[in-house]
Amino acid sequence: MANIALDDDTAVVVIGSGAGGGTLANELCQKGIKVVVLEAGARESAQTFQNDEWGSFGQLSWLDKRTTSGSWRVARDFSGLPAWICKTVGGSTTHWAGASLRIQDHEFKALTNYGKVEGANLLDWPLTLQDLEPYYDKAEKKMGVTRTNGIPGLPGNNNFKVMYDGAKKLGYKDCHTGRMAINSRNRDGRGHCRQLGFCFQGCKMDAKWSTMNSEIPMAEKTGNLDLRPKAQVVKIEHDKSGKVNAVVYADADGNLQKQMARVVCVAGNSIETPRLLLNSESSKHPDGLANSSGQVGRNYMRHMTGSVYATFDEPVHMWRGTTMAGIITDESRHDPARGFVGGYEMETLSLGLPFMAAFLDPGGWGRDFCRAMDNYANMAGMWLVGEDMPQESNRITAHASEKDQFGMPVPNVHFDDHPNDIAMREHAFGQGRAIYEAAGANHIYPVPPYPSTHNLGTCRMSAKSADGVVNGNGQAHDIDNLFISDGSQFTTGASENPTLTIVTLAIRQADYIAKQMSMKAI
Amino acid sequence: MKQTPVEVNAPVALTRRRFLKTGSGVLMGTLMATGGTLAALAPSRTWALTMSALTDAEGDKLLKVTRAIFPHDTLDDAVYALVVKDLDAAAASDANVAKLLRAGLQDLDQRASGDWASLDYLARENIVIKMAGTDFFEKIRGTSVVSLYNNEMAWAHFGYEGASYDKGGYFDRGFQDLNWLPDPDANASPAKA
Repeated sequence: MANIALDDDTAVVVIGSGAGGGTLANELCQKGIKVVVLEAGARESAQTFQNDEWGSFGQLSWLDKRTTSGSWRVARDFSGLPAWICKTVGGSTTHWAGASLRIQDHEFKALTNYGKVEGANLLDWPLTLQDLEPYYDKAEKKMGVTRTNGIPGLPGNNNFKVMYDGAKKLGYKDCHTGRMAINSRNRDGRGHCRQLGFCFQGCKMDAKWSTMNSEIPMAEKTGNLDLRPKAQVVKIEHDKSGKVNAVVYADADGNLQKQMARVVCVAGNSIETPRLLLNSESSKHPDGLANSSGQVGRNYMRHMTGSVYATFDEPVHMWRGTTMAGIITDESRHDPARGFVGGYEMETLSLGLPFMAAFLDPGGWGRDFCRAMDNYANMAGMWLVGEDMPQESNRITAHASEKDQFGMPVPNVHFDDHPNDIAMREHAFGQGRAIYEAAGANHIYPVPPYPSTHNLGTCRMSAKSADGVVNGNGQAHDIDNLFISDGSQFTTGASENPTLTIVTLAIRQADYIAKQMSMKAI
Repeated sequence: MKQTPVEVNAPVALTRRRFLKTGSGVLMGTLMATGGTLAALAPSRTWALTMSALTDAEGDKLLKVTRAIFPHDTLDDAVYALVVKDLDAAAASDANVAKLLRAGLQDLDQRASGDWASLDYLARENIVIKMAGTDFFEKIRGTSVVSLYNNEMAWAHFGYEGASYDKGGYFDRGFQDLNWLPDPDANASPAKA
């Protein structure tokens, strides 16, 4: 591992070690570029992960103070927890379920294909599926995605059997055990999935790809990576010319340090990334760094989500095996005849008994609640994940008075569902219900959105600098040596789980940064 | 294991010395379950919970309130006692919580025009339901939704199997043993490695 001096101004500083930051760091290190990774969380491993929902939640989650506003139900049910994302080496790739889907061609051109939608801030991405295909290929190979590169699909569990039966009876065509970054065979020095059922809690088999078990160890082997866990960035600084040149962070002991930088890449997930830019305001950037468009923090997307659980007369034991064990993709299309633009995926999901109690009906109690829990062993479940509309008013702001342990304003997350989001959710609830009724369900439980796991769009890509924060390479419109390297870049949300695309963009961005550095453009 | 904080063991000897030391009581009970997984977890059919801030009478009443908010008819009192244990601990560390709980318990008696705890369970439940939304109700509901379902006795009762890593996961232990529906096509769900 490299040891890069604080006053060394030749390195690339990457903030965050998740899907975007961890991948970008490894790709740069492989090219011989020195990289400092500043990760706010601690370093865990397969050995320290816990098969215990609440225990693991305390170990991996980002629990620093956040506030919420808006009409979304999360603001009422989980007012201090707008998002369920991670503060640990590997970021939310320790927690993700592994679903690895490419964004579809039509989704990259949302404005063109959906037309103007009132109240939505739709835009086409400044790149296309064709631009990304070679990088998607590399990402799938790197992550060992099942059903690509000759890798067999995972065996389906009981929860999948129920979904599959209902899907076939309803006439759905595309239902299988998914494209998953979980080893179905031993691969890449990592073993195959043993169906533990604790994908969300950090995979104790290391069968699930994460930057913690893949990218970061690979980067360390190059000797070019200086990874600093428990280093929480509070500010990015710039020189007189406006180029960023240093990152201020609190180290493990809470002491402020300043790391000089040639290039800064921000990958703190879509709440912390814009928060950091907003908190890095200066006389030259009075509204926050790289915010001449006013779009930093805006267009916050969290996917249209919801869940459907159902109980049956016979046991299911849905917790046995992969958390996301199968998918139906038929509804992931643009078909306005359904009453909304964009589409959604249906993916099996299970929660253990402790989290089922917390999420089935937040705030719930009484005989109906107890009846559902009494039938927990006979329950099957699915998650609904679809494209939500970018809205300027859905945004991350720096709180006016609340400060964190380092004196920096905490983020407020404001969200209102767009009518399109609501129409899509109602449709998805209906289809989920129909699937389980076809499979013989005796009772259906539509479940409202959990705290957001897919946080997107708050520093979005745009062709024109007035419409967004970064260009098609994730490079800030305003500052050439500042990059956004996480899901904040997404111009629109599409219907797919975002991790594969975040990894793909990071691989592509690494090529661009290396080229720009060798040309001395940055 | 740490998720089983209640002392499921032989009755604690109720010595005067103990009462003087803690200044509070001991909540005791007998497992309803005489067979099956829950009884197998417990070394004895009786359980005891030492109270620290609240009296045993208050603990017993809180247990009944918890049952009224989360009425699982066949779930043993020993599991509800875990909620009481956490409420008692909260009362011990925060005087405002102790005050809130005691006031709520008095409120129940007023609403019952007498001893709420002596009513039958449906009558008790009907009174508790009307308190929904109060701080007292929310404190017990919010504590219960974690404590009631995050312990091995509850897992045994509801059939949840908990941690699997130490047992090799479910790869050879029934992750695809559902047999009341047909198996999916092999291309949708390939054979395991």
